[in-house]
Amino acid sequence: MSSITSAGPAPDYNVKVVKQFSIMTVVWGIVGMLVGVVIAAELVWPDLNMGLQWFHFGRLRPLHTNAVIFAFGGCALFATSYWVVQKTCQTRLFGGPLVAFTFWGWQAIIVAAAITLPLGYTTTKEYAELEWPIDIAIAVVWVSYAVVFFGTIMKRKTKHIYVANWFFGSFILTVAMLHIINSMAIPVTMTKSYSVYAGAVDAMIQWWYGHNAVGFFLTAGFLGMMYYFVPKQAERPVYSYRLSIVHFWALIAIYIWAGPHHLHYSALPDWTQSLGMVMSLILLAPSWGGMINGIMTLSGAWDKLRTDPTLRFLVVSLSFYGMSTFEGPMMSIKTVNALSHNTDWTIGHVHSGALGWVAMISIGSLYHLIPVLWRRKEMFSVPLINVHFWMSTIGTVLYIASMWVNGIAQGLMWRAFNADGTLTYSFAESIEASYPGYLVRLLGGFIFFVGMLVMAYNVWRTVRSEEQPTTVAQPQTA
Amino acid sequence: MDQGTMQGIGTILAMIAFLGVCWWAFSAHKKKDFEEASRLPFADEEAGSETDDQEDEISQSNDERQG
Repeated sequence: MSSITSAGPAPDYNVKVVKQFSIMTVVWGIVGMLVGVVIAAELVWPDLNMGLQWFHFGRLRPLHTNAVIFAFGGCALFATSYWVVQKTCQTRLFGGPLVAFTFWGWQAIIVAAAITLPLGYTTTKEYAELEWPIDIAIAVVWVSYAVVFFGTIMKRKTKHIYVANWFFGSFILTVAMLHIINSMAIPVTMTKSYSVYAGAVDAMIQWWYGHNAVGFFLTAGFLGMMYYFVPKQAERPVYSYRLSIVHFWALIAIYIWAGPHHLHYSALPDWTQSLGMVMSLILLAPSWGGMINGIMTLSGAWDKLRTDPTLRFLVVSLSFYGMSTFEGPMMSIKTVNALSHNTDWTIGHVHSGALGWVAMISIGSLYHLIPVLWRRKEMFSVPLINVHFWMSTIGTVLYIASMWVNGIAQGLMWRAFNADGTLTYSFAESIEASYPGYLVRLLGGFIFFVGMLVMAYNVWRTVRSEEQPTTVAQPQTA
Repeated sequence: MDQGTMQGIGTILAMIAFLGVCWWAFSAHKKKDFEEASRLPFADEEAGSETDDQEDEISQSNDERQG
């Protein structure tokens, strides 16, 4: 299985699988965000589900979260980790046919999710809704991914393991552990199982999983992306390699304890809630250390931001990362959580991370990666990258601002009492007050979604364009 | 051992671990290793083996500076 790269001493990289995952990142991004737009519209116009169970909000919402996190985000992580580990280890991916298995296996799992979730097959565990046969398939593909990734690191030609690979590695290991432990269930039929955990323990395992899906899948993995693509696009090494090491160990050591902040004022023991809150607060330090490290990589090259929309994507994603990692610890404080919990503020916070950080760093990385993979000079249209950048930024800001307003309004209305101790507002009144925010959120999400279509067009034209031999086009350069 | 003592010991152990990582990361003898490691994303360009990528990027940035 030899590729057709012509460069003599260059390692024979596996470019094919990186190309496949890159394209599917765009495809699943569009699918997942479209479902998001549909359910946002259903909250404005509930009759949109046409009375059909398969289009009910409760069925489509897990489809949206699974599609954007595991299909869009997952493909972006596979693509970039496979590329970065090869380039920084100077060797071809380990594992032979196992590499193609991870691609086709992951796609099959996504399709299985897209079929079973609207049909109503669910474990009801948030971000882990898929039923047990699919969970087993995920475990098999994920272990194969770990074999490919760590096998490649073991046969590396370089002396050191670049810091991005530390982040990717911790993401792969931790997600394997989280998925396997949280998905432990007793099957009843092919499509129904019950968790082996019960009561408060089940809740704690679920949010240990749930928050570390955020911490390792949606943070550590994407920080791996950041540590490779920001230096590449800025054309200079990371600001401080030493800070990146402290960042890595502090982040992974603290994140794993933050889960209980999802269960404040619940049946969980009080000390566990306080531990989760304190660890979430401490988490601000490594998060901001990493953000500063990424942004300061541009020092001496700030002018590039004026002309390079790809770099703008990467840097603004870090700004959103800083913003949501400030907001998160704040919301984990028990008294703040008493106001924010179960309101749209949480949804806004999640999307400040998901759209602003995860999606924008992935998009920026792909705009860097796609011309390199297909050996083009640059993307088909750089101005279109700029258009996409502004659509993503405006869409995200509209989304999170409307959810802040909604969330605080809901929290205040739900806790308002009359002098005689009765509630001032009924629940339905808080929903009525939320309508304008739902409309603005739909608009913001729609703009972000259309930006992905712009990207798809740009990627399609880049891939379909004639290969540009730059050495011939610029004969004056030696 | 009561809960407060255990929490105290836990806090001290976490602090020692953190200071240990900092000491290791900022120790003088690791400086050269880290400098080498931080250049790994550009390893291809320095070796001159993947000239396509390198020239792509340089010409791209040149274009931008002119434009």
